[in-house]
Amino acid sequence: MIDLLTIFVLAVFVGFEVVSKVSTILHTPLMSGANAIHGVILVGAILITGSAESTLELVLGLVAVFLATVNVVGGFVVTDRMLEMFKR
Amino acid sequence: MTVQLMYLVASVCFVLALKGLSSPKYARYGNFIGAFGMLVAVVTAYVHGVVHNGLWILIAVALGVVVGIPAARSVKMTAIPQMVALFNGVGGAAAALVALAEFFAVPDSTVLFRLATVLTVLIGSVSFSGSVVTFLKLQELMTTRPVLLPAGQQLAIAAAASSIALCALTIAVPNGFLLWLLAVVGLALGVLFVLPVGGADVPIAISLLNAFTGLAVAASGYVLANTLLIVAGTLVGASGTILTRLMAQAMGRSLANILFGAFKAKTVVAQGEEQRTVKSGTVEDVAILLGYANNVVVVPGYGLAVAQAQHAVRELVAQLERRGVSVAYGIHPVAGRMPGHMNVLLAEADVPYEQLKELDDVNPGITSVDVAVVVGANDVVNPGARDEPSSPIYGMPIFDVDRAKSVVFMKRSMRPGFAGVDNELLYNPKTTLLFGDAKDSLTKLLAAVKQL
Repeated sequence: MIDLLTIFVLAVFVGFEVVSKVSTILHTPLMSGANAIHGVILVGAILITGSAESTLELVLGLVAVFLATVNVVGGFVVTDRMLEMFKR
Repeated sequence: MTVQLMYLVASVCFVLALKGLSSPKYARYGNFIGAFGMLVAVVTAYVHGVVHNGLWILIAVALGVVVGIPAARSVKMTAIPQMVALFNGVGGAAAALVALAEFFAVPDSTVLFRLATVLTVLIGSVSFSGSVVTFLKLQELMTTRPVLLPAGQQLAIAAAASSIALCALTIAVPNGFLLWLLAVVGLALGVLFVLPVGGADVPIAISLLNAFTGLAVAASGYVLANTLLIVAGTLVGASGTILTRLMAQAMGRSLANILFGAFKAKTVVAQGEEQRTVKSGTVEDVAILLGYANNVVVVPGYGLAVAQAQHAVRELVAQLERRGVSVAYGIHPVAGRMPGHMNVLLAEADVPYEQLKELDDVNPGITSVDVAVVVGANDVVNPGARDEPSSPIYGMPIFDVDRAKSVVFMKRSMRPGFAGVDNELLYNPKTTLLFGDAKDSLTKLLAAVKQL
């Protein structure tokens, strides 16, 4: 458990460090990019569903997989559309 | 071992994706790297973690792709904030569902496991319902004004208190029903929390809810003992927190005031009924003013985007530059409907991002600006925010355009801005008002400047 806590604390510092350097011009893409990244819950949803034993778990897991996928693909696509405009 | 290694690769990709955003030039590659990391993580989870139901999972993923991609492709840039809110909401819901499912899969759990579970379920549901309400407000499917339920504050406090009690109870006595109840209370809490937030403050709600979803995902990482979820969720939590803080600073108000203050709704009726004179000009007057200026600053607001006038303003600026006028855009941090939204809207209209200037770039040199053009903005140039301690927006950093040599204020009508506050700048003798639809006025201005 302490390992996970260590990772969490270090991630807080990395997060603040990296994000505070983000150019203010790109705050909207930052938010939608971060949005796409928290779609990583898809990994959790897949793991849960892949080992589900009861119907309840299966249904909950599959809904989570669907929602998380929408989050991931939608997030990355929207962010890409915005950043494409900034490239010039 | 391999699995952990793959998750490490994905974590690094996510950090690089955020790091890429420090410069507009490489940001897009960063996003690709992030998407690649996501692919690595998802494939790893599928290959190593799926014992059965593989086909079902693939179907659910396919459905998600079919829904997500067209939605993201077709959304208009003005509607980005509500799209982000919606994607944020579904992410929060997914986190809550994952924790619920895992709770039923693990019969004898530890206290720490249950703590992480209740946190994920609670924060995930708050984030989901809060984001949905935010979406409804931004999409104008419901009123954008603060909604003050009778006893709404007491209800919210009751919901918050009962959610804490339910958390404690579920940790003490693991019981599926309590956890479901917690999810329901969380949903109610999310709604009660966002309803009183007014239209102009919704961007703060979005970025806060974004941080919430990140935290829910990080907490779900504890539930599943998965390092990748912890790292990715925490990164998002950090970015949401920073953005929320920046937005609150840009509004010159504390976070608590924005979320719970509901703006005391005392619309300052402009110094009684007295008729005050404003100077309104014709398109030709303004064209001459602009065409023979040396130095112009354009301050766009959300009204510009509503009028779809981004392209018109860019063409006018290009024409002025051809005449040798130096032009910059002054972008207020709260211009638009989420942090940095105005930058995206102008980028869509091919405005080079080097021309986009912030408060600190514009204000020091404002006295040497010949003409400040305010288009579709109001509160962000209201001198009351600087000089009138009684003003509801007092303390919000503004563009000091009243200190420029002259001001052109493009407005639809004399209606006050979002905050419902009268703007002294309108009555300033240096100010010329140009009434009409922003796009229409800009197009006419362009033609008039070409005639000079």
